[in-house]
Amino acid sequence: MIDYKMDLTAEQIEILEGKQGETLQKVMETVVLFGDIFGAKRLVPVTYKDAHLVTSFGLGVLKPLYETMDQLIAAGLKTKGMFTVDPRPIDYENVKCNFLEKFVFNKKMYSQQEKYEAQLHQIGLKDSNGFTCTCYYPEVGNRPGKGDILTWAESSAVVFANSVLGAKCNRNSGMLDLFGAILGLVPEFGFLIDENRKAHWKVIVKTTKKPLPQILGSAIGMKCMEDVPYVVGLDKWIGTEITDEVEGYLKDFGAATASNGAVGLYHIENLTPEAKEQGESILRADYKEYIIDDAELERIYLNYPIMWKDTSAKPQLVFIGCPHLTYNQLCDWTDKLVAGLKETGKKKLTARTVLTTTPDVADKFRATPKYQELLSTGATLASICPLMYTNNPICMMLHRVATNSNKLRTYSKARYYKDEDLLNILVGKEGK
Amino acid sequence: MKEFKGRVIAAGNWKGEAVVSRQGVNTLATFQSSAMNNKPEVIVSDQNNSDIYGKNITGKALCLPITIGSTTGGLVIQTVCDMKINPAAFLFSEHIDSLAASGIVLARVWQNSPVICVDQLGEEFLKTVNTGDQIEIKEDGTVIIL
Repeated sequence: MIDYKMDLTAEQIEILEGKQGETLQKVMETVVLFGDIFGAKRLVPVTYKDAHLVTSFGLGVLKPLYETMDQLIAAGLKTKGMFTVDPRPIDYENVKCNFLEKFVFNKKMYSQQEKYEAQLHQIGLKDSNGFTCTCYYPEVGNRPGKGDILTWAESSAVVFANSVLGAKCNRNSGMLDLFGAILGLVPEFGFLIDENRKAHWKVIVKTTKKPLPQILGSAIGMKCMEDVPYVVGLDKWIGTEITDEVEGYLKDFGAATASNGAVGLYHIENLTPEAKEQGESILRADYKEYIIDDAELERIYLNYPIMWKDTSAKPQLVFIGCPHLTYNQLCDWTDKLVAGLKETGKKKLTARTVLTTTPDVADKFRATPKYQELLSTGATLASICPLMYTNNPICMMLHRVATNSNKLRTYSKARYYKDEDLLNILVGKEGK
Repeated sequence: MKEFKGRVIAAGNWKGEAVVSRQGVNTLATFQSSAMNNKPEVIVSDQNNSDIYGKNITGKALCLPITIGSTTGGLVIQTVCDMKINPAAFLFSEHIDSLAASGIVLARVWQNSPVICVDQLGEEFLKTVNTGDQIEIKEDGTVIIL
């Protein structure tokens, strides 16, 4: 048996000794060793049983993943509750691919997709609509409450759950999310402890207009890394109530903080639950300050590298919705694209455009007249992960990809455009 | 010659070359291109990290403050260890982050990987060590810049 430091119950020790099988023993070993690294004193029950897993893609190279899943299934192990998982990488119906792309996806990259999805279903996947990075939307329903202890991964979902919903979750990695869900236990450290949820940074927003969440989050992520920021001055622009629109803003903001840095929890003065309760007392005694004004946001934006060979060229493939769009964001983008084309007198968008949202939101949207309006622009609606779709040499060779997502920019060669600039390019307004 | 002492996460004795990132290393962005394309070595593909972008880190000691980015990070480390294209050692100046810790533990428990990991080597370590330096790691967490 491994050496361990934390206090374990008799049953937990029994598992660690292998008395409930070798596979569960390895699962417990992993979780205990992981917790010991962070000085966890014990394992605590996951109070919100439904998990969210980050690994949704059947990449051929992830052999350890499939072997582990096979072992878990052979041992008859399942998650305590159901779980959702990040989006699928491909959807040939709504995101068309040529022969070469299909060959690369099916034979080279995602050769294990079908097998892996079958494994996910056997372990406890919610249903075939459970593929999204934004499981917390009301339409999806995997939405914990304040104070709930979670075993989630997916950096953008964890930061949202901690910050906006007030749940308690560490930035778990793929596999650790699943192991916590199987055991129904997680090590008690990090964001599970109230003291660790206090802010290291006071970020003062002094902009003259509402900051774009993608760039504000990027700036804060790069500055704070894994620290907790307390953002003041933002309520002036987005209000003091968490409405649907504000949730969309905070989702995009949080994803940028988590991908451009490693932020797992943020507080927004007068808005997010713990900031509302604690005010400035949420700041640690030795907090640092970071002032963000228009010039700072522009500095951050201008420093993003452009990875296209021809930087003056126009986009060929545009993704909007990383993380997945809320229902309101989807409606809003549809309205703007339709109105923009009407204004310029053009019939179709200037580049192939894919809007991405959760399967449940997509189903809801497809039942409305707006869906036909969206299709009339030439855009399509899908529920894939744009990152997993674009991040391969073939896609980058065949297309100049553009996006309004800072997360997608970070993990691919996609070029980032501000929302308004991207809209203008798509409707042909630029240069008219 | 300068000596530093850190905490052992995964023990081992090793001598070799350092590759240094003075900023957080984005695990997914760093490894994904080489891993996804089944390359025999990892050439860093993180365009935002000018310290190590384009460098070969396979079999080297990756010296860094922490890892950042996507929560696939741990699985990515486990996978590159399984593919045997991982850095021989991860040397953290700060307390190891949860994603890297997951990866190291997964690689050790499920792949029996010999990957070495030491954390809390201190700010001075990262200021002192440079890419290309020869270093020695001892199983008690001592790191010597030769």
